[in-house]
Amino acid sequence: MSTETIPYTVESRYDTGLYNAKLGIWLFLASEAMLFGALFSSYILLRVGAVDWPRGSSILSVPLGAFNTVLLISSSLTMLLSWAALRLKDFKKFKILLGITILLALLFLSVKSYEYYLKFEHHLFASKSTFLAIYFTMTGLHALHIIGGIVVNTYLWGPGSRMWKTQPERFTNRIEIAGLYWHFVDLVWLFLFPVLYLL
Amino acid sequence: MSGELQHYDLPFWKKYIFSQDHKVIGIQYGITALIFLFFGFLLMLLMRWQLAYPGQPLPVIGKWFGEANMPDGVMLPEFYNQLGAMHGTIMVFLGVVPLAVGAFGNYLVPLQIGAPDMAFPKLNMASFWVYFVGGVIMLVSFFVPGGAANSGWTSYPPLANIATTGQTYWLLGMVFLITSSLLGSVNTITTIFQLRAPGLSFFRLPFFVWGQLIAAFLLLLAFPPLEAAGVMQLMDRVFHTSFFMPTGLMISGQPLDISGGGSVLLWQHLFWFLAHPEVYVLILPAMGIVTEIITNNSRKPLNGHKLMIYSVIFLGFMSFIVWAHHMFLTGMGTAISTFFQATTMIISIPSVIILSYLFITLWGGSIRFNTPMLFALAFLPMFGIGGLTGLPLGLSTSDIHLHDTYYVIAHFHYVVAPGTIFALFAGIYYWFPKATGRRMNELLGKIHFWPSFIFMNVIFMPMFIQGLAGVSRRLYDGGASYDFAQGVLHLNKISTHGAWGLAIVQIPFIINFVWSIFKGQKVESDNPWEATTLEWAAPNCPPHGNFLKPVKAYRGPYEYSVPGAKKDFSPQFEEHT
Repeated sequence: MSTETIPYTVESRYDTGLYNAKLGIWLFLASEAMLFGALFSSYILLRVGAVDWPRGSSILSVPLGAFNTVLLISSSLTMLLSWAALRLKDFKKFKILLGITILLALLFLSVKSYEYYLKFEHHLFASKSTFLAIYFTMTGLHALHIIGGIVVNTYLWGPGSRMWKTQPERFTNRIEIAGLYWHFVDLVWLFLFPVLYLL
Repeated sequence: MSGELQHYDLPFWKKYIFSQDHKVIGIQYGITALIFLFFGFLLMLLMRWQLAYPGQPLPVIGKWFGEANMPDGVMLPEFYNQLGAMHGTIMVFLGVVPLAVGAFGNYLVPLQIGAPDMAFPKLNMASFWVYFVGGVIMLVSFFVPGGAANSGWTSYPPLANIATTGQTYWLLGMVFLITSSLLGSVNTITTIFQLRAPGLSFFRLPFFVWGQLIAAFLLLLAFPPLEAAGVMQLMDRVFHTSFFMPTGLMISGQPLDISGGGSVLLWQHLFWFLAHPEVYVLILPAMGIVTEIITNNSRKPLNGHKLMIYSVIFLGFMSFIVWAHHMFLTGMGTAISTFFQATTMIISIPSVIILSYLFITLWGGSIRFNTPMLFALAFLPMFGIGGLTGLPLGLSTSDIHLHDTYYVIAHFHYVVAPGTIFALFAGIYYWFPKATGRRMNELLGKIHFWPSFIFMNVIFMPMFIQGLAGVSRRLYDGGASYDFAQGVLHLNKISTHGAWGLAIVQIPFIINFVWSIFKGQKVESDNPWEATTLEWAAPNCPPHGNFLKPVKAYRGPYEYSVPGAKKDFSPQFEEHT
C-alpha cells in the first residue's frame, strides 16, 4: 500500500515559509500568551479593586528576583547559541551550551524554591492576601513551565540527541522549537519580575 | 511527529485503540461524543420529569438513583442541581464540540484538503486520550461525596467556591478538556496551513474547512483564559485563596475565614471570554457541514463563497469582544454595557450573511430531498429562530426582563439542538458512505428526521412563552411555587412529553447507524453523492495515507452545473470535465 509521508516535517512549505512544527509552536505560544495574559489581566483587575495593595518589594526579595532574572536571560542566550552551534555543525559545543541552559534553569528553580521557603517560614501563604495568592499562582504556573522546559531540553540533550546522527536537519529544527518555547518562558518572567517585585 | 506512514501490519491495539490515523481518531471521537450526547440527554430527561411532575416519585427507575439523590424516587434539589450543571457541561464540552470539531474536523479536514494525515499524528492521538480522561473525571465526579458539580455549567463563584468536592473534579476535568482542545486546535490549524494539496489556495478551500479553521482559532485563543480562571478557582478551593471571594462574605450568617479582596465578576469575565467564542465553536462547524450538503443537493454553486469566507473571519474576530453581553445584570456599568451591546448587534451581521447565502443557494436549484439534505434544510430556520431570538438578549434593556429565564434556554437550545445537532446528524448521514462504504437507510432516516423536527419544536417553543412570563431557568420545581408562573406551568408537561418523544425517535437512528455499518446498501462509487470536494477522490474507507494517487485541486470547491461541462458537477480533483 501507499507509504505516503507527511510533507514539510523538515523542509519549509513554499508559500508559508514554515515547517510544520514551527507553525505549531507559534500557535501554541499564542495560546500560552492568552493564558498568562488572562492572569496579568486578573492581576490588574484585582489590584484596581483592592483597598490596599502591598508594594512587592516590601514582601519579596528584590535581589533574589533580580538574580533569577539574570539567570533566565543568560539561559535564553545559551539556548540560542546552542542552536547556532548546531547550525555550524558543532555538536560538541551544542552539548555544552544546552547543558549550561539546563543547569541555569535548575539554578533558577532552586532560587525560586528558596524564595518560597522564606515565605512559608514566615507563614506567608497564598491564603493570607490577594497579593500573595496571585504571586504564588503566577510564579507557580511559570515554574511549571520551567520544569516542562527542563524536561524537554534534558531529553534533547540526552537520548533525543541521537537523532543528530540520522536526521541532523530535523534535530536542529527541534532545538529551534525548544528554544522558541524557552524564550517565551523567559519573556513571561521578564513581565512577572517587575510586576510582582517592583511595582 | 514521525513522518512515516507505512502500516497495515500493526497490532490491533495500535490500529484501533492507540491509533495515529486521523480517520480512526475521528471515529473514536465521534463514538465517544455520541455516547456522551446520549448520556447528557438522559440527565435532561430526569430533570424534565421533575419539572413536569414536581415532587412526584419517578416510577420504576426512580429507586435506582439511591437514597442520597432520589429517596423513594422523589428527586432532591441537590441532585437536580447536579443534573443541571452536568447536562450543560457534558453537552457542550464532551458532546457537541468533540463531535463537531474532534470527529468531523479530524476525519474530514485532511481529506478535504488532500492531505495524507494531520500534521502531528501523535499529538492527535494524545488529544483524543486527554479528552477521554477529562470525560472519565467528569463521570467519576457523580460518585464522590456530595455528588457532581452543582453550581451550573458556568460555575459562578462564590457558590462554586464553597460547593461540594464534585466542583474540584469539574475543574480538573476542565483542565484536561482544555488541554485536549489546545492540542487539537494547534494540529488543525497547522494541517490546514501546511498540508493543502497543490492548487488548493485558501479561496478554493471548502467552507467546511474554513469553519473548522476559525473554530480552531477560537479554541486556541479563548480557552486559555478559562484555564487561568480554573486554576484560580482551584487555588480558592484547595489552598483557600480569595481570588473570587469578596471581603465580608457571609454564609448562613457566619463570616467566612478568608482574606477577602477577591472579585466575583472576575470569574464571569474570564468564563464568558471563553464561553462566548465557544458558541461559535459550536455553530461554525455546523454551518460548514450544512454548506457542503446544501450545495451538493441543490446542484448549484455556493452563492457568495468569498463573502461567506470574509464573514466567517469577521465573525471569528468579533466573537472575542462580545462576551460581556452575558453580564448586563451584574452592574458592571452602562458604558461597558453599551459597548458590548453594540458589538453584539454587529456580530449578528456576518451570521445573517452566511444564512442568507445558504437560502439563496437553494433558489432555482434542482433540490434532492434525501435525509442529509432534510436535516441541513431544517438547520436553516431552526438556527434562524435561535439567532433572531438572541437579539432581545443582546440589548441591555430587554435583557433585564429576559435574563436567566427560560427564554434564554429556548434561545440557545434552538441554536444548538435543532441547529448544530441537526447539522451533525446531516453530516453523519452524508459522510457515512465515505467512512464505511455503505449508505444509511433512507426510510429510517426520514422516520428519524420528521418526528425529531417536530419534537424539537414541541420541547423548546413553550420555553419562549415561559421565559417571557418571567419563569427563571434554574428552578427545581419548574416555577410551581411562584404565583406569576401558574399560568404557564402546564407548558412544562408539553416540553417533557416532547422530550420523551424525541428520545423515542432516536431509536431509528441508533438502529440505522449500527445496522448500516454491517448491512447497509453498498455504494458502487467513491463519489456517491456526485460531489465536488477532494474527500470524494479518496477511496471509500480511505486507507492509511488516504489517497491512492497524488491529488491536485484544479478549481473551486462548488462547481456544480457548469455550463458546457459534460455532467452537472465538476470535481476539484478532475482536470477536464
